[in-house]
Amino acid sequence: MKKLLTATAATALMAGAAMAEDVKIGVILGFTGPIESLTPSMADGAELAMKEVTDSGLLLDGATVTSVRADSTCVDAGAATAAAERLVTSDKVDGIMGADCSGVTGAILSNVAVPNGVVMISPSATSPALSDAEDNGLFFRTAPSDARQGEIMTQVLLEEGIKSVALTYTNNDYGKGLADSFQQAFEAAGGEVTISAAHEDGKADYSAEVGALAAAGGDRLVVAGYVDQGGSGIVRAAIDSGAFDTFHFPDGMIGSKLEENFGDEIDGSTGQHPGTDSPGVAKYEEIVAGAFDATSPFTPESYDAAALIMLAMQAAGSKNPADYKEKVMEVANEPGEKIYPGELAKALQILKDGGDVDYVGATAVELIGPGESAGNYRQIVIDGGKITTAKYR
Amino acid sequence: MDFLNAFVALSNFVLVPAIAYGSQLALGALGVTLIYGILRFSNFAHGDTMAFGAMIAVLATWWLQSIGVGLGPLPTALLALPIAILGCMLLVLITDRLVYRFYREQKAKPVILVIVSMGVMFITNGLVRFVIGPDDQNFADGERFLISARDFKEMTGLEEGLAIKTTQGITVVVAVIAVALLFWFLNKTRTGKSMRAYSDNEDLALLSGINPERVVMYTWLIVAALATTAGVLYGLDKSFKPFVYFQLLLPIFASAIVGGLGNPLGAIAGGFIIAFSEVTITYAWKKVLTYLAPETLEPSGLVQLLSTDYKFAVSFVILLIVLLFKPTGLFKGKAV
Repeated sequence: MKKLLTATAATALMAGAAMAEDVKIGVILGFTGPIESLTPSMADGAELAMKEVTDSGLLLDGATVTSVRADSTCVDAGAATAAAERLVTSDKVDGIMGADCSGVTGAILSNVAVPNGVVMISPSATSPALSDAEDNGLFFRTAPSDARQGEIMTQVLLEEGIKSVALTYTNNDYGKGLADSFQQAFEAAGGEVTISAAHEDGKADYSAEVGALAAAGGDRLVVAGYVDQGGSGIVRAAIDSGAFDTFHFPDGMIGSKLEENFGDEIDGSTGQHPGTDSPGVAKYEEIVAGAFDATSPFTPESYDAAALIMLAMQAAGSKNPADYKEKVMEVANEPGEKIYPGELAKALQILKDGGDVDYVGATAVELIGPGESAGNYRQIVIDGGKITTAKYR
Repeated sequence: MDFLNAFVALSNFVLVPAIAYGSQLALGALGVTLIYGILRFSNFAHGDTMAFGAMIAVLATWWLQSIGVGLGPLPTALLALPIAILGCMLLVLITDRLVYRFYREQKAKPVILVIVSMGVMFITNGLVRFVIGPDDQNFADGERFLISARDFKEMTGLEEGLAIKTTQGITVVVAVIAVALLFWFLNKTRTGKSMRAYSDNEDLALLSGINPERVVMYTWLIVAALATTAGVLYGLDKSFKPFVYFQLLLPIFASAIVGGLGNPLGAIAGGFIIAFSEVTITYAWKKVLTYLAPETLEPSGLVQLLSTDYKFAVSFVILLIVLLFKPTGLFKGKAV
């Protein structure tokens, strides 16, 4: 308690002493709650970008960037809103890197960011519902919407010449959301989904589920589940009963466990998961240099989110969200010089000189539609019992 | 040809899985019914007794595999089964000595024993998770299929494949042997007869000089053997996961009650009734009907009565119907 008090006092002092040109960015992530193991690396990623910018001394004529952390809890919308409110009204942050989980992100956006006019860039909220959220142009995300994976899946299957599929999904928000967006995209493209059936995770026997899927038929079975849960059970039962020979796997199913469980029994099956062959990943790992786990999920997205906020400020020449919100899309997309992790100083200089940048970052950022990442996917095919890369898209 | 295809599709997705599942349920229900008939209470710990027996079988199988002992095409778990049965017998005898005997001497009411068995259930449940963990464990080895769907299609030239897993075959064979042994024991041996006498009329049995503690001990030993066999077969055929055995309690009790609690023959029939209802009601009949019906009558929907999510609801409903209209069960057991 004493420590906390001292820390709070110190923060308050620092806040008081901050000079006008200093920039503050709120980092609101679920430091407690279901994804608390991921968030420290995510925050480190974002703060790495801030440090890089501060060290360069180029942002808005030498502004220093400070990070203010807050806890989104990932699940408690009330607590997240209060924490964000504190960031905006008492800490007076100029932008928010966060939040993490889709539910709290939506709550902070509508309750805090929009009323106060603060820009928010989430590194990890993937719910399709956020695409149409009312945001006054203030909300962006460096993670793709799950709807995007549905479209990519459709493209992969149609290119393979598959017109009719059976679809099963794990019975939760992830499975249902992905299955719905896939079905919508696939049917819009002229494909046929013969059945869309949920499966529960953690059962011993999936022969009844597979019986229904087999009765509906289809050229391929799409399994939107988890590889170490029911998804593998479905695939096992489908192979055993001879119902389906080939499958299509979205991201939840792709892992070394898949090779381990089935080997060459699923040869010819396809799939896709987020991934990129952009050189940004390697450069990111290089600059992190072991300070924290650079491969932890959504860590590079966090670096990119923070970098985008600061680059947009530089492009607008102002740290006022109302000014720089227009610039986020500009710095993220073409035209301009490609910017990789560790080159933020170069980008700031180009922008200062009135040039254009195309921020690629650690995750090959490309913002589309309502300001969300287009997402890069690695298309895979199972060949000889191994997951092999077909291509990146 | 269409008729054959329909039959093969039906066998592949309904008959074969339901027969295997029914045998597993029947073995489980036999244990519940014996306890109810002789010890006179519903043993809620039965599912977790199965899990405990199966757990020992898993551990023994791993040990046998590590020293390179196997049965060739048959799963090593069959060799581990006797070890597991011994281990499970030890467990039930210890719990009987520590827990149930106390209440028996007090002549506790059945409802108290039911609650006590729930306590035993939670402890056993925790014990199993403590030893082997809550996750899936795979211990099946040997040849996977008696006949695989692909081979069947090539052999017969039919459009539909029929797969019979080795574990399904073993389940049925072992279940038949176990049931035959049980009935021989109950009907032909002196101990079996004294158990039946004790079940029919406790006082009369005591008067004729039957030692009740001996009867109780033999009952537990048989129940442990049945529970372990059922647990191992289920784990082999599907997969071993402690929580799943807890869930199995419902269909097992439904089987025992539908057949008539305390009636071994009823338990077997109940097991198959529950298994076939669960599978047929949640099966999508589209494929079979498409083969059988003339083209104009082909179904466009899935023809599925209930989504597979409601599998357990089927046992509930059957249980309710039987209790409403024939509380003693189909085969005249004791009223619940």
